[in-house]
Amino acid sequence: MPEIILLEVKYLKKHYPIRSGLFSKVTGYVQAVDGVSFCINRGEVLGLVGESGCGKTTVGRLILGLIEPTKGDIYFEGVNISQLEKRALRQLRRNMQIIFQDPYASLNPRMTIGGIIGEPLLIHRTASGKERGDRVSHLLEIVGMDPRYKNRYPHEFSGGQRQRIGIARALSLNPKLIVCDEPVSALDVSIQAQVINLLEDLQAKLDLTYLFIAHDLSVIKHISNRVAVMYLGVIVELAETEELYSHPLHPYTEALLSAVPVPDPTFEKKQIILSGEVPSPMNPPSGCRFRTRCQYIQHGCSQNPPPLIEASKGHFVACYRERKP
Amino acid sequence: MQNLLLEVKNLKTYFYMDEGIARAVDGMDFQIRKGKTLGMIGESGCGKSVSALSILQLINSPPGKIVEGEILFEGEDLLQKGFSEIRKIRGNKISMIFQEPMTSLNPVYTIGNQIMESILWHQNLSRGEAHQKVIRMLDLVGISSPEKRVDEYPHQLSGGMRQRAMIAMALSCEPKLLIADEPTTALDVTIQAQILNLIKKIKEETGMSVMMITHDLGVIAEVADDVVVAYAGKAVEYADVKTIFKHPKHPYTQALYDSIPRLTDTKKRRLEVISGIVPNPLDFPSGCRFHPRCKFAKSFCKEEEPPLEEVNSSHQVRCFIYNQQKGRYF
Repeated sequence: MPEIILLEVKYLKKHYPIRSGLFSKVTGYVQAVDGVSFCINRGEVLGLVGESGCGKTTVGRLILGLIEPTKGDIYFEGVNISQLEKRALRQLRRNMQIIFQDPYASLNPRMTIGGIIGEPLLIHRTASGKERGDRVSHLLEIVGMDPRYKNRYPHEFSGGQRQRIGIARALSLNPKLIVCDEPVSALDVSIQAQVINLLEDLQAKLDLTYLFIAHDLSVIKHISNRVAVMYLGVIVELAETEELYSHPLHPYTEALLSAVPVPDPTFEKKQIILSGEVPSPMNPPSGCRFRTRCQYIQHGCSQNPPPLIEASKGHFVACYRERKP
Repeated sequence: MQNLLLEVKNLKTYFYMDEGIARAVDGMDFQIRKGKTLGMIGESGCGKSVSALSILQLINSPPGKIVEGEILFEGEDLLQKGFSEIRKIRGNKISMIFQEPMTSLNPVYTIGNQIMESILWHQNLSRGEAHQKVIRMLDLVGISSPEKRVDEYPHQLSGGMRQRAMIAMALSCEPKLLIADEPTTALDVTIQAQILNLIKKIKEETGMSVMMITHDLGVIAEVADDVVVAYAGKAVEYADVKTIFKHPKHPYTQALYDSIPRLTDTKKRRLEVISGIVPNPLDFPSGCRFHPRCKFAKSFCKEEEPPLEEVNSSHQVRCFIYNQQKGRYF
């Protein structure tokens, strides 16, 4: 199958100004995302993993146009969406939807779930009246819920069911790309599996492409075809899932993988305990951003940030250790 | 058994609310051995936190009330003790750390001040000596430049540092039992690894026992010696950690293990699903509480409740499959 690029992101940056003082003068910037480039092929699941504050959620929101990038371009099916007119952007947005982390905060408590799922159809004027009702019923069936629940309110449902409602809403306009922003982290272990399986089934059935954002490396491994690891606003490593998990090249990926508790008491592992904590994105370290916690730090790491280079086919890493002499 | 530090027997803690009686803990049994770590695993609403709070009698009353049961600590029933006696144990022989270190530290006092409070209360030390001890404790839990940090406020510390400060506070009176209620759930994995290592190290050095409450099977495998699996206010399985992971008996324990994606999976597999939802403490199912979600359930599972039975001397399970009389129907 030839790989068709659905979404491409180039040198994406998002810097939030910090204002302080009487006249709200800009005194600095939070470099939430600082030069991120990657692409997502049609029909694949790209996992985006990293710790809190690494900018993974910001990347998701930039792609959907929920926030404006400071710099950089986003191409969806070859169209640069950062340059689109408002109306054209709205048309394009149908193709991109999002599923949020918190199934409690992301559903309006005053709307019935039929209203919630049908709202995108109303806004984009794609279906009305009975047609809309039918579509809502169909969507509820797709996500494994009883269509008779249409007139109920979100508080009547459990966390897992609410997440299904959020998924039905995201599917209502037949999108091509869904950004899943930590869709299972707020759920109980036994419910997580239900939602992960549902997302996998839907992907196969409806030919969807996911950008799957999560901090749980086991979940990311399970669902993704390729994985990008972020640290302090930059991508430090990107590779096929198997390759990344069996041969991590970046010291951060290596440490991250070794820190995951393995549910097997007889499993012997080499544990790398990273010292210190993630530095503040307001004032990131010069050069390589990971150097303050890196065990392989060498001369030159503090000067220029290492570029993301292709160490082996399809395996990209931003670390000076991988530079060919 | 000789080496038991704490034994909880048939504990029932109910909350009397307008909507009805929430039977958060409803007949919980487990034991903690001296110098060992008990891992308690379960999903939301299974009663794991309330069990821990009941040990220290930190249940708000009303609406909460410990209605039945025994909590034997070093052979004495804590539930028979008066308020002032419990107060001497809390933070001294038994101490606790919580999930959210920001909300469990007081924002208007320095961390030094808060750690000192329990030292001054329980130990016969002067303020100067206590201050020195706080600095030693902060150093022990790996907080850099403790003589400076001791005068800082919680908001000046990061999440991982706050949890370290909480641990310093909990350990300041050399407790025999440390109860850790989801201590790493709010932290990133690399910080989680640091904190779990710290707890393990201190446990080995001091010989205290730990009760680790979590919903993460990985954390359990990493730190626990014994494991109790809680479901709907009851223990459904109790065994040592290897048995729980290698030879789980209860259908819930088995299903839980099969439902999580694992880093060690080499082939892509479909996750096992536990159908249905986590039961609500206001309205637990009749009979075996897991029966609506159990793939082995028989008609009598709905009517009768299975007892917690011994499979062997160190392995207990609450399921009719292993029952002498009922077992043959499976």
